[in-house]
Amino acid sequence: MWADEAYRRLLGALALLVPVVAALVLYETARGAGPSLRVFGWGFLVSTDWDPVAERFGALPYLYGTLVSSAIAMALAVPFGIGSAVFLAELAPPRLGAVVSFVIDLLASIPSIVYGIWGLFVLAPWLRSAAEPWLTAHVGFLPLFQGFPFGIGMLNAGIVLAIMVVPTVVSISREILLATPRSLREAALALGSTRAEAIAVAVDAARPGILGAAILALGRALGETMAVTMVIGNTNRISASLLAPGATMASVIANEFAEATGKLYLSALVEIALVLFALTVVVNALARLLVVATTGGRRDVAGAA
Amino acid sequence: MSRARPERIGALPVRGPSLPRRAWNAGLLAACALAAAAVVLPLGLIVAHLLAQGLPALDLGFFLHLPKPVGEPGGGMANAIVGTLILVGLGALVAVPVGVGAGLYLAEHGDGRVGALVRSTADVLSGVPSIVIGVATYGLVVVPMGRFSALAGGIALGLLMLPTIVRSTEEVVRLVPRSYREAGLALGAPRWRVTQQIVLPAASAGIVTASLLALARAAGETAPLLFTALGNRFWSLRLDQPIASLPVFIYDYARAPYDEWNRQAWAGALVLLLLVALVSGLLRLTVRRIPGR
Amino acid sequence: MTRAFDLFYGAHQALRSVTLEVPSNSVTAIIGPSGCGKSTLLRSFNRMNDLIPGVRTAGQVVVSGRDVYAPGTDVVELRRRVGMVFQRPNPFPKSIFENAAFGLRLLGIRDRGELEARVEQSLRRAALWDEVRDRLGRSALQLSGGQQQRLCIARCLAVEPEVVLMDEPAAALDPTATARIEELVLDLKKRYTIVIVTHNMQQAARISDRTAFMLMGALVEIGDTRRLFTSPREKLTEDYITGRFG
Repeated sequence: MWADEAYRRLLGALALLVPVVAALVLYETARGAGPSLRVFGWGFLVSTDWDPVAERFGALPYLYGTLVSSAIAMALAVPFGIGSAVFLAELAPPRLGAVVSFVIDLLASIPSIVYGIWGLFVLAPWLRSAAEPWLTAHVGFLPLFQGFPFGIGMLNAGIVLAIMVVPTVVSISREILLATPRSLREAALALGSTRAEAIAVAVDAARPGILGAAILALGRALGETMAVTMVIGNTNRISASLLAPGATMASVIANEFAEATGKLYLSALVEIALVLFALTVVVNALARLLVVATTGGRRDVAGAA
Repeated sequence: MSRARPERIGALPVRGPSLPRRAWNAGLLAACALAAAAVVLPLGLIVAHLLAQGLPALDLGFFLHLPKPVGEPGGGMANAIVGTLILVGLGALVAVPVGVGAGLYLAEHGDGRVGALVRSTADVLSGVPSIVIGVATYGLVVVPMGRFSALAGGIALGLLMLPTIVRSTEEVVRLVPRSYREAGLALGAPRWRVTQQIVLPAASAGIVTASLLALARAAGETAPLLFTALGNRFWSLRLDQPIASLPVFIYDYARAPYDEWNRQAWAGALVLLLLVALVSGLLRLTVRRIPGR
Repeated sequence: MTRAFDLFYGAHQALRSVTLEVPSNSVTAIIGPSGCGKSTLLRSFNRMNDLIPGVRTAGQVVVSGRDVYAPGTDVVELRRRVGMVFQRPNPFPKSIFENAAFGLRLLGIRDRGELEARVEQSLRRAALWDEVRDRLGRSALQLSGGQQQRLCIARCLAVEPEVVLMDEPAAALDPTATARIEELVLDLKKRYTIVIVTHNMQQAARISDRTAFMLMGALVEIGDTRRLFTSPREKLTEDYITGRFG
């Protein structure tokens, strides 16, 4: 019937707009990055120059800042996130678990800028006056914790990022733990396991999915912009100390794009966006594969009834 | 593998779990509870600080007045609040029709190659950092138009909402029982009418909820607006001109070296949080009541 | 053995004053219609019911002279002594070797030689050794259902329990695999005391020495298996085994 066919085609056309839009975003970013790609080539990724006057640009400090701030975030968010997920899925009374999960989901809906303002006005002064001097005094022999306590910097950015992405780790890990068969825990208990040992079996079975949750969180951390821009200090320098200010790929775009004069300057910023784009797409694809492999794959193997 | 005769293995020691095992058990369980507390703590801190810093600066004028120049007391973010509503509305205008249509397609006809393509690109889009969406929108809209504009900002927000709306529409539509469709088809209704008049209404509550969640999320976005909608200290409703938005306003005021502006940034953040968290919190609560989710 | 044992789930009484004795080195079968409390009774022997919120108990369950519900009982140690095999095979998603070694590692055995010897012994006792000796490092999930269940039995035997509880161990298996499990049970009673729950009366008749019949949380009759099936003393038992309900 022609009406059916027409309706189907209409929906199909709307659906095809999605890949078209995705392609446009990719195309536009790649096109905008063109001049910079041609001038700097691969050297762009390893150069530390950032001189708008001389028109020489390199993204290494920003790449470094993105990776380090995300690494701090992961180091904090993954253990705390898995611990919370275990608490919510295995230990908490069901009602408490549901309430706490709800609150943690709400954490995920707080706008980035709100985390930023909190990091800037609350976390930074505390880090500057209390936490960072303490770190320098007690673990200052490590280069990571040397230098002047600025308050804003890598450490602040990492902590704020951790707070922002931990809900992702918690809610996905919790769901995956709830999806692992009860019988695994029962079998472990029946063999004389303590509660923690039985939970360890379930966590072990859920490991690929939990890893996927962590990588998904990493994908968010890598691209997070506003909060980081507000608390990282925005300097184009690579410093061994986590207390020192820095910048990330997202933060340099946020800071300089609107004021960038000169075709090459703008293009260099767009190329940073392109690198960020590629990085997050790869990371997200990896995470999705892992999550799908565990939640989709396990049910038929272990026969969770 | 050892060739020892199995029968000659000595008896296992009969005893309860050793002290280290008990300690490990108790320690690990306690650590998990502490981790959950530590994850919830920042939420409490953030809300507490927002209330403490933001409430005093929040009065009726904040919602009714325009920003004042530095040094003059008072002033508000009326234009930014209206601007955010306009931007989110524009975004919805772009994303909802396309997103719902695409979601319907995926749920009803999406098992082929086209469906797989649409689904995977939606997943890719949803992972693209919002700042990258901003950069792309700048090139696609701002440069051809020759200026920053509300329209560009709305399109950027629409691009951000689109993948969420597509995937959640598909999910919700797939939950509509097969029997509804069969009942409609058995009455002799053509398939498109069944989709349009039975399936879509049955899924509409879920679609609205999912779309509102996406809108709430977009309302809090700052990064894609920085160089699309830009910002505006004055009253403007024109779509082809830069427009103010709450998040960008908070960003500018928070970085400014004036205490009065910082106070207003806190107030703005409180308003934004209430707007976003309240909407998504309420929606999440209602979503839990809809069976099947 | 239990004495006047009651168990409640919240307000619902699942077991009503059950008293029965389980002789060592024998197979005791518990039969009865679904929901009669046979699994609940079985799970009382190693306190697996503790995992369910709102469970209360009264009376005693005595294993090797000790009341397992007495205050101060170490549940973890109890469960080592009273092993359990579940309705569905539930191997851990680990290698065959690690499955069988799981309980041993809990007990702190690290010595590779001892682990290997004990794993081999338990796999032999579970009549699985010859089928898996060449692929101990493979995932347990690749085994067939019947093999998985025998692996679960081996896993349970490895920690040398005194009593082995079996909750319809063949319910999810095909007839051939079921037959192998039944042979195994007959062989195992030389060393272990076995309590097996089954909804299959033929199975109870084939493998058990004594049979208990339960109905609605109460023990109706217990006795020598042959006697119970040929000349039941209770009218209810007779009705059940002749298929009048259930």
